[in-house]
Order: sequence, then structure tokens, then C-alpha cells
Amino acid sequence: MSVPSVTRAPAATPGTAAHAGRTVRTRRRVLGLLVLLLLVVAACAASIAIGSRPLGPGTAWTALTDRSLRTEEAVIVWDLRVPRTALGLMVGAALGVSGALIQGHTRNPLGDPGLLGVTAGASFAVVLAIVLLGVGTPAGYVWFAFAGALAGTVAVYVLGSAGRGGATPVTLALAGSALSALLFALVRTMLISDSDSLDAFRFWVVGALAGRGADVAWQVAPFIAAGLVLALLNAPALDLLGLGEDVARGLGQRIWLARLTGLGATTLLAGAATAACGPIAFVGLVAPHVVRAFTGPAHRWLVPCAGLLGAVLLLTADVLGRVVARPGELQVGIVLALVGCPFFVALVRRRRTATL
Amino acid sequence: MTTSTPDAPPLSAPTSDGRVRLAAEGLRLAYDDRVVVEGLDLTLTDGSFTAIVGPNGCGKSTLLRALGRLLRPAAGRVLLDGRAIQRTPTRDVARALGLLPQTPVAPAGLTVADLVARGRHPHQSWLRQWSAEDEAVVAEALSWTDMGDLADRPVDELSGGQRQRAWISMALAQGTDLILLDEPTTYLDLSHQIDVLELVARLHAERGRTVVVVLHDLNLAARYAQRLVAMRDGVLVASGTPHEVLTEQLLADVFDLEARVVPDPVAGSPMVVPVRRLRR
Repeated sequence: MSVPSVTRAPAATPGTAAHAGRTVRTRRRVLGLLVLLLLVVAACAASIAIGSRPLGPGTAWTALTDRSLRTEEAVIVWDLRVPRTALGLMVGAALGVSGALIQGHTRNPLGDPGLLGVTAGASFAVVLAIVLLGVGTPAGYVWFAFAGALAGTVAVYVLGSAGRGGATPVTLALAGSALSALLFALVRTMLISDSDSLDAFRFWVVGALAGRGADVAWQVAPFIAAGLVLALLNAPALDLLGLGEDVARGLGQRIWLARLTGLGATTLLAGAATAACGPIAFVGLVAPHVVRAFTGPAHRWLVPCAGLLGAVLLLTADVLGRVVARPGELQVGIVLALVGCPFFVALVRRRRTATL
Repeated sequence: MTTSTPDAPPLSAPTSDGRVRLAAEGLRLAYDDRVVVEGLDLTLTDGSFTAIVGPNGCGKSTLLRALGRLLRPAAGRVLLDGRAIQRTPTRDVARALGLLPQTPVAPAGLTVADLVARGRHPHQSWLRQWSAEDEAVVAEALSWTDMGDLADRPVDELSGGQRQRAWISMALAQGTDLILLDEPTTYLDLSHQIDVLELVARLHAERGRTVVVVLHDLNLAARYAQRLVAMRDGVLVASGTPHEVLTEQLLADVFDLEARVVPDPVAGSPMVVPVRRLRR
């Protein structure tokens, strides 16, 4: 005699359900990472093959692989496009990662390197170098920009932690805005009084990869490498800080250590990127937002993925700038603003922006 | 590890040897120049369940922050297992003492399982990353707090009561036998307040946790805690069993409240029935 009953599938034990959920998330993250790696390779290839003088993929490949060639194409590839691509790769990654760090540390979804005084500090130092010392090449600006970025970040941090309770996301953002406003006002004051400096400065401030040779790339490479290592070390701490400082400390995180590591990494990355290419907006803001769609709030995934997407964005925008204005070119900073802005608006409209 | 016994009475206390786990000695707590707590001594024994009560602004949350090493005392000291807590490394404290601040906020999109997993941080290092033991502890914490079915839901999409369960689950996964909670029932309706306090009482009764909780509701504090600590203006006014502390005289002294204290018809603990506020 069987009693008719509704047979229910045995409920999975909670442990395995949680485990299955984590497996699904991990798979999505790995897939996203692979796609990003493919995009990076594609963007690099495009950046080497496409330019004001188009080389077919075959020609570019031959010039790239056979170092004995001394053709004009080989010179273009090795002297111009490879350094430019390498620089774009580094600077894009640096901007993406520093954006992820700043958004994580300030718990502010609008965080980008401009928020912490990096851009303003670097701009101010570059103008000083041009006006007072007559420095006139990107390789010459680099050290000034870097020093300015560092000074700007430190000043913001000192101002932001002055009050009771130390540096909080809000005080840091306030100090960053205040200092940026002041420094940009000083920059404008100096530029108004000196039109020669204005010419030099406006090519730097627009944000470009063009005209930066291998020397600039080699100058900033060690700083970006060090910044990336610090950023990856900082990622687990950001996961804890996301729960609030009290909880993070309760879980054994030394807050000052996490903040210092993050500050060091941000300054190195955003400072080096700004020094090399001028202030480039948008990459640091958008890259973390986009990858958060598949990484979620896990910084171990978010930080490296934001770096890869940052590189893809910058290289793609640079290639686009070479194509649309042939035989001249449009600076990458302008392309990013023109293409990126509507894209970001669409993104915000499509899904609720994550609050941090 | 204790197995979950759903029918265990909430007030059954685990055996304790009365060893002092956490102590405050001559504690003065201040924000800048404003002194919030003055000359406070307190001992919390192993396996106890203590509720700190007092009117708004009496310094009870500040005291809890100092006990959890979130606030450095202006004078005096806090001892964790006999050792000055300020001199104990952050990670060692995190392995002995877990704490939940008032209304903690999780980042958008963080799932319950990932939140609970973060409770394992004090047990991890660069050499020892996520382990099978961590996995087992998290799964057990989720099922014990009845959050297994919600493990993959984002914390920010849960109801207030579920959210608080998720955070308590994280504190459980942290594996500390001392747990401090700052007003875990804030913003919850009465039935969810009961739900959360039942869970906290089970942490104490079934898992042998030493619990310190800051609570606003005197009747709930009297029902669930073994010991009440009453504060006013940064000073410890009374400490003892709910019957010893919740007297009509104390309610007048500490809360400026004229009230009747009658036995709670369900639990037998003292129950406060307010009459009117006394003007001083």
C-alpha cells in the first residue's frame, strides 16, 4: 500500500549548495579573465599593425619576428609601434588597477586617480617644470610629474587624516577635491601668464601615447611593476575593508598597513601613468565598474581584471585615434572621452551601479 | 564540536570554571577631550552571557569598542586572557575575539557564503590559503544559522533579520569563543529581534561562546542574558543577575523611569512595565 505523496527531490545540503554556488562564480570569473587576456592580445596586435601607415598583418608579423630585417616597415614596427604598444599596455593596466584600488579604499564608486590629488599634483609639477626650468620633452616631464603625483597624494592623505577618526573615505575625497581645485587654479594662473608654456603643457595635458618613445616606457616600467605587485598584495585587505573598518580590524586586518600599501600602490601606478601620458580620465573609473559585473566584489579577481581591461581600453582607444583622423591622429585622452562617455552612460542605465 | 540540538532550552548555560576571559581595569575612554567612560572596572568570565544596558549616550557602545580593541583607552587597560589587549597583535585578538558592530554594511553583490568565508581570514596567511577546513567551517556555520538556502544570495538583497543572521554566521565561522555584539537587534521588528536573540542565546548555550551584547530593550536583555551591566553617564552603576539589577529603584536612577517590575509570564525573568518618565 503506497500512500500517494508528492515526491520532493532531496534538498541539497547547505554546504554543497554553497560550494556549487562558489564553483559557478569561479567559472564565470575564469571565463571573464580568459576573454580579457584574448582582448589584450588582440589589442596589442591591432596596435602594432594599424597606424597612419597601414601594415598588413603579414608584414607586421614578419617585421616583428625577423630582427635581421632593416626595411622601413621593420623600423616603424620596432622603433615606433612596439614601444608605443608596450607603454599603452603598462599605462592602461596601471590606470585600471589604481582605479580599482581607489574605489575599494574610499568605498566610493566614483573613485578614480583624479580623486586623490594624483592628477592635480602631477599637472602642477609639470607646469612648474615647463615654466621655471624650460623642460620640453615627455622624457623630461616624467620625473616632475611623478614627484608631483606623490606630493599630491601624500598631501591629500595628511589633510584627510587630520581630523578625529583619521582618514575616512569621506575626508579623503573632500581633501582630494579641495587640493585639486587649488592646484588646478595655480596651474591656470601660470599658463595665463605664459603662452609658450601653454603650448607645451596642452600637448601633455590632453593625454597621449604619441611621441613617447622607448625611453619613457623604460623610465616608468619599474614603478608600474612595483605598483602592480603592491596592488595584488593589497587585494585581500580590500575585501575586508569593504565590510567596514571595525569589522576588518575585528577580523585581524591592520588598517594602517592596508591603507599604506594601497596608498603606495595608487601613487606608483597613477603617478607613473600620468607622468608618462598626461592625465587620462575614464579608464580608472570605468574599468573596475565593467569587470565588477563578472568578478563581483572579490578584489583578488577585480584588481587584476580591471588592469587587463584598462590596457584593452587604452590600446583600443589609441588605435581608434590613429584610424579616425588619418593621416593625422586623435589623442587617446580625447578618444576615450568621446567614445567612453556614451558607453558608460549606457552601462549605468542598463544595470544599477554597484554601491560600494 | 557540539551538535545542534534544536530543543535545547535557550537559557541552559554551559559549564564554566569562572575563569576571567575579558577584563577592564580603571578604564577611561575619551573621544578627543570628551570623556565618555570613566574609571570602569569589569570582569567577564568564561562561558558567561552578559548584556550591557543603559540610556542613549551612556557609553555602552564605546565600552564595547574598547573591549574589542577598536578604541584605545585614554587610561586603564583591557585584558584579554590576562594579557593587555593593546599589546596583543591584531591577528591574535581576531583569533580569540569576534565582534559585530551596529548595523554593519556589506558591499553590493557580496553573497552570504562569501561574507561568511571572510570570517576565516584570521586563520589564513600567504602560506596557508583557503583550506578544506575553512570550507567545512563555513558550510557548518551556514547550516547552523539556517542560512544554507540563502548562501548564494547577495547580502544586500536580504531582509534585515536574514542579514543579521548572515553576519552572526560570519562571527561563528571566525571560530572565536568570545563574541561581542553591538545592538544586533537595531531596526528589526519584534519577531526578528527574538529570532536574532534566540540565535545569540544558542551561540552561548550550544556552542559555548562567551557573549557580550549591548542591548536597548531591557525586557529582552533580562530574558536572554545571565548577567546585566547597567551604565549611566560613562559609569558602571550596577552589575549582577537580571533580578538583582532590574529593580524599580535602578530604573529610576539609571533611566529616569518610574516603572513596575513584574515577573515575565513566559520566562520568569524581571519584566519592566513603564509608568512615566521622571523629570530630574
